[in-house]
Amino acid sequence: MDLTLKVWRQKDKNDKGRMETYPVKGISEHASFLEMLDVLNEQLITQGTEPVAFDHDCREGICGMCSLYINGEAHGPDRKVTTCQLHMRMFKDGETIYIEPFRSKAFPVLKDLVVDRTSFERIQQAGGFISVNTSGNTQDANALPIAKPMADKAMDAATCIGCGACVATCKNSSAMLFVAAKVAQYSYLPQGQIERKERVLNMVDQMDKEGFGNCTNTGACEVECPKGISLEFIARMNKEYVTASVASEK
Amino acid sequence: MSKGFSTSSVGRKVLMALSGFFLLFFLLQHFVINFLSVISADMFNEVSHFMGTNGIIQFVMQPVLLFGVLFHLGMGLYLDFKNRAARPIKYEMDKPSENSSWMSRNMIITGIMVMLFLGLHFYDFWIPEIVDKFIDGKWDEPTKYFPHLVHKMEDPIRVGIYCVSFVFLALHLLHGFQSSFQSAGFNHNKYTPLIKKLGNLYAILIPLGFIFIALFHLLSSH
Repeated sequence: MDLTLKVWRQKDKNDKGRMETYPVKGISEHASFLEMLDVLNEQLITQGTEPVAFDHDCREGICGMCSLYINGEAHGPDRKVTTCQLHMRMFKDGETIYIEPFRSKAFPVLKDLVVDRTSFERIQQAGGFISVNTSGNTQDANALPIAKPMADKAMDAATCIGCGACVATCKNSSAMLFVAAKVAQYSYLPQGQIERKERVLNMVDQMDKEGFGNCTNTGACEVECPKGISLEFIARMNKEYVTASVASEK
Repeated sequence: MSKGFSTSSVGRKVLMALSGFFLLFFLLQHFVINFLSVISADMFNEVSHFMGTNGIIQFVMQPVLLFGVLFHLGMGLYLDFKNRAARPIKYEMDKPSENSSWMSRNMIITGIMVMLFLGLHFYDFWIPEIVDKFIDGKWDEPTKYFPHLVHKMEDPIRVGIYCVSFVFLALHLLHGFQSSFQSAGFNHNKYTPLIKKLGNLYAILIPLGFIFIALFHLLSSH
């Protein structure tokens, strides 16, 4: 496949940035999108141009590191896949492909296609955990009976890999699908009950501090989420938040 | 209630939903009363006179309604401003139609159009009513409502504006009805599909009914 790539280039976080056009030739339709970018970078290095910086790690669709807004969609035109699992057969020979970083005030661009997603980590640190004494007398998790439907719901929410596609896709740059998944996964489990109320209050508070927008229920995040996280969890987070707010003593 | 509820993103969303529910209920009762004008002038006059002179409706419900409308508008505009600020640099290539409906993405446009219509609607009906009662002191005019309605609906340009506005209302409701339930925390695999169907019916039938009423009086007067 011969392609024309329009790639966002930005020297550092203070640079204004611009789109650059690069032709690439002889790309296999079986290659992954990141492998295609590897080919581009080899080509750029040969030409003495600085390679394009982009995030990646496991290349198995589970780590949440790869991002990219490809041809107007987070993780590209395929559904329920991350960019590393996107294959070039999804594109046509001769096509022009736009490659941009995830855009959000809360995801500032560090270089080229690499964005700073530590805002997600700060939200997690605000309450996305359970406090367990790990002194050596930890109770066996299987000793706590959990109804199968509840365990399944918790697992569905827990499949969120925190890639940020929801934020990138949402017209408001809202992080509610991510936060909702993290709030919901513990709300179904007995281990999550002790910190249930403060968890949702603190995580939403941190989300707002980071500068994400508000959810207007367009549903775009659910469609573009590589793990298919459901909007149902946003409704659950809203309910959790109202309940926790009413009961709050602060 | 926690201190930050009304200033948090989720709290504001819930408040938008609650004001939305209230306006949905108000719209339904407004439609039912308006529809009486097609069935019987006397019945329409009687109910309108009751609504216009009942103390609870005038001095409790009316201010609540005004607050609800202004809150829904004000909060909608504020959230839209905040949401735009959350993405200062736009995408060079964006395909939002691949993952969301036009109605869901343009609630601010359809909402502003409905609010502009409300300005005309208030000028036509609400302000004359307030002047009649609170400035001229005319509280007991039980037969004025139907002739006033017919007089306003005689103008084809006004009726045209009303009809176009009801289309914007329909577009707003097509997303707003089901979105209110989602924002209020109600999402159920069995009931949410029903709510979406009910919302689509409401969003199409109520504005269509208002268009019918306006056209009925326009055509009856010519």
